[in-house]
Amino acid sequence: MADTILEVKNLTKYFKTPKGMLHAVDGVSFSIERGKTLGIVGESGCGKSTTGRCVLRLIEPTSGEVLFEGNDIAKYSAAQMRKMRSELQIIFQDPFSSLDPRKTVSQTIAEPMLVHKTVPKDQIRSRVHELMETVGLADRLINSYPHELDGGRRQRIGVARALAVNPKFIVCDEPVSALDVSIQAQILNLLKDLQKRFGLTYIFITHDLSVVNHFSDDIAVMYLGQLVEKASAEELFAKPSHPYTEALLSAIPVPEVGGPRRERILLKGEITSPVNLPNECRFAKRCIYASEECLKGNPPLREIAPNHFVACCKAEQFYQKNS
Amino acid sequence: MTTSKSKKQAPDTAPVKKQRGQWAEVWHRLKKNKGAMVGLTIVVILIFIALFSDVFLDYDTDVIGVNTAERLQPPSAKHIMGTDEYGRDIFCRILYGTKYSLSVGVVAVIIALLIGVTLGAVAGYAGGPTEEVIMRFTDIFSSVPNMLMALVVVAALGQSMFNLMLAIGITSVPQFVRITRAAVLTVKTQEYVEAARAIGLRNYRIIFSHILPNCLSPIIVQTTLRVASAIISASSLSFLGLGIPAPDPEWGAMLSAGRRFIRDYSYMTLFPGLAIMITVLALNLVGDGLRDALDPRLKD
Amino acid sequence: MNGVNDDIVLQVEDLTVYYELEEETVKAVNHISFSLKRGETIGLVGETGAGKTTTALALLRLVPDPPGVIKSGKITVCGNDMLSLPVQKLESIRGKDISMIFQDPMTSLNPVFKVVDQIAESLEIHEKLSKTEAHEKALDMLETVGISRSRGGEYPHQFSGGMKQRVGIAIALACSPQLLIADEPTTALDVTIQAQVLDLIKDLKDKNGTSVIMITHDLGIVAEICDQVAVMYAGHIVEHGSLDEVFNHTLHPYTEGLFNSLPNINDRKSELKPIPGLMPDPTNLPEGCAFAPRCEYATEACKTTQPELRTVGGTHKVACLRYDETDFHINRGKKHG
Repeated sequence: MADTILEVKNLTKYFKTPKGMLHAVDGVSFSIERGKTLGIVGESGCGKSTTGRCVLRLIEPTSGEVLFEGNDIAKYSAAQMRKMRSELQIIFQDPFSSLDPRKTVSQTIAEPMLVHKTVPKDQIRSRVHELMETVGLADRLINSYPHELDGGRRQRIGVARALAVNPKFIVCDEPVSALDVSIQAQILNLLKDLQKRFGLTYIFITHDLSVVNHFSDDIAVMYLGQLVEKASAEELFAKPSHPYTEALLSAIPVPEVGGPRRERILLKGEITSPVNLPNECRFAKRCIYASEECLKGNPPLREIAPNHFVACCKAEQFYQKNS
Repeated sequence: MTTSKSKKQAPDTAPVKKQRGQWAEVWHRLKKNKGAMVGLTIVVILIFIALFSDVFLDYDTDVIGVNTAERLQPPSAKHIMGTDEYGRDIFCRILYGTKYSLSVGVVAVIIALLIGVTLGAVAGYAGGPTEEVIMRFTDIFSSVPNMLMALVVVAALGQSMFNLMLAIGITSVPQFVRITRAAVLTVKTQEYVEAARAIGLRNYRIIFSHILPNCLSPIIVQTTLRVASAIISASSLSFLGLGIPAPDPEWGAMLSAGRRFIRDYSYMTLFPGLAIMITVLALNLVGDGLRDALDPRLKD
Repeated sequence: MNGVNDDIVLQVEDLTVYYELEEETVKAVNHISFSLKRGETIGLVGETGAGKTTTALALLRLVPDPPGVIKSGKITVCGNDMLSLPVQKLESIRGKDISMIFQDPMTSLNPVFKVVDQIAESLEIHEKLSKTEAHEKALDMLETVGISRSRGGEYPHQFSGGMKQRVGIAIALACSPQLLIADEPTTALDVTIQAQVLDLIKDLKDKNGTSVIMITHDLGIVAEICDQVAVMYAGHIVEHGSLDEVFNHTLHPYTEGLFNSLPNINDRKSELKPIPGLMPDPTNLPEGCAFAPRCEYATEACKTTQPELRTVGGTHKVACLRYDETDFHINRGKKHG
């Protein structure tokens, strides 16, 4: 058995809204091996960020298990969970709102160490310097305030803060979406480099398929609170077997002229509201291949090839077509 | 974790754009507001007078010393604001009274600030039933007219300077609860608050270290404006005889005393009234200026 | 580019825009020139702060003033000199001959008016249509952008992001403008919706012969929709040419850096080579080439001399001193021959 660091079973998060139950995350299960990256992709409102936050219990899940190194942290008390926080960290999307504007760089990076007392007080300063060097922040920025710095440097502060307590596992919630391309590449390389050095495990949440392809070992595609397809990155890009994945991949604008292109599949309409969902395939309304059968029930995620999971009743057909 | 670098990173040599700190920026904008600067100057002078009135005035002779020979004199070179029915110099009394008005205003607002901000922060951060209870209580509280509430408190606790402060402070609590809660609600949704939870900070640390410091602007503005209205409330209560007891020269009490002579010696009411007006105006100017300076978006 | 004069919809010459703040001057756009023929699409590419949006606003003479000042330049839209026109004439051109799609569909619509009325508004003003005619035409426009006529009476908040952006497009195209400026029209949208919207813009442009300025940071979108590309850096155009020239025969080191920063979708093992460092502070641009501090090819001369945009063959122009050397080429250029 592979060394599984995190296993999520049947994770569910419903929100009460005036219109009814909002199924933000609806029975999501996956597992990640130590030192690997699981990419979660999907469009806005598909529940990918909620999933990431439920795993860290920044949002309390409605039900489900989150097994971190074999222990179900979903059942931990608030005090137990606070202790666990040094092992599980998060890097946020927005480098502007994720840093307290009234704290300097060193205050922000030192705070987790003060909370968890992982480092003796007199060594915190040198540890801050060390972390700044690790993430590529010049020493002279140590007393700067966030508003003096650009997005890339701020994101590096966010990375340093997450690393400060030596976590084993980090949820990266769209860490590069707010950054310019050239800065985005700098941060992606940094995250990859850190993973290699410290053996980190990542959940990488993004809507950008070319980034997730570059960055992840495995990719899970979410639609309306559920996983619709999960496979290794190569497999998913080579043999997409869910019509939604196929459409997503075809919609990526490729910065090449004259090269081969995927045939574009334009989806009808937009993502429907995840409130009061009917018992049918959630993608059926936008699916160009939908038939009677798809309206008979919500297809479960099933393994159609080794380590390739798809939630579509015609998955085998698509798998054959693309291989 | 080790310190060794596994890969060479390009050194970050790009310059940092040194910007004014947040407070320096606020001061810079405030300086451009003429009204606020006039108000601020007056407030500084008033504070100066309040602090040093004991140095240049003798309480027993200048402030409460009766001098029947010079009673009810109109303004002149000797008594620039005239004298009252006991022959006391009104100018001296007004100068000395600054201390009472300012200290009542400031202490009352500090009391309101402590209670109101704590309740507001808890309500805003906790949400749910806690918020509901605090806010409904605040609603009930603020539906009683301020003056009535203050009268009740003073009547119940007895007439003294501290009870006056307490009474006025309590009536100002609801405003602080509301404004703090609103500010906390906005700041609460920022990702850095979530980041603080992710690193395992306890709730009270999150509130005091990350949320409240970022809610300061509206609270500061409210504080300045509330000091002004607390001064009015204090004067009103003194006017009604429930404030600072005679013979201390509280402005409201002086107004009240001069009321009997308003037909023939109107200056006895005019000058204390002006003192109240100027103080309140100055504080309001500063408060409005601060609001614009702290939130430049409102102006553009 | 020496077609018949009236075939040229837009001509920009030597445009310079500064934001003159109290203590500093932001040099947002510096001496840029380009032109656009009927039915053609130009992509203005660059990162945050490159001056793309300021350029677009200058074309409409909408640069916020103060602090924005158009320091020099000439902008000709369909034969009208935009910078010297009286305001009244300007208003009759805006929305009719030249119109704009904004980045954020959430805030660019007025929340208190019905969608159909917002489209009809410009028709009433510019086409002098009666209320009912404008209303009818507005509903037609809605249909054109793929929204059913029955939804015209709804308010913006009842629409999703993609639908709002379609409404934005409908408003922009209502008077069949000759020139459409699209400022990051799909940045706020999801991939599948982005694909729909790009498709729509492409369709409408082909049907009406509209010229389009596509402002974007996404080279993928440029590859999909543009004929010409102008790459901007710190307010300068550093490379300009046809799509094929810029993508397949890249000349400028910055353009190369942009390409190298993008993950290759067909080769997930490929390593990203980011451009080191940061954009220069636009209030304090370096004396020489603005890109020199981040450029791996930079020489001493680059630090002191501003490069001019020069033609290197065909329509391809580049602003880089190193091309003084006849045998100079960047790495990517080598690969593509």
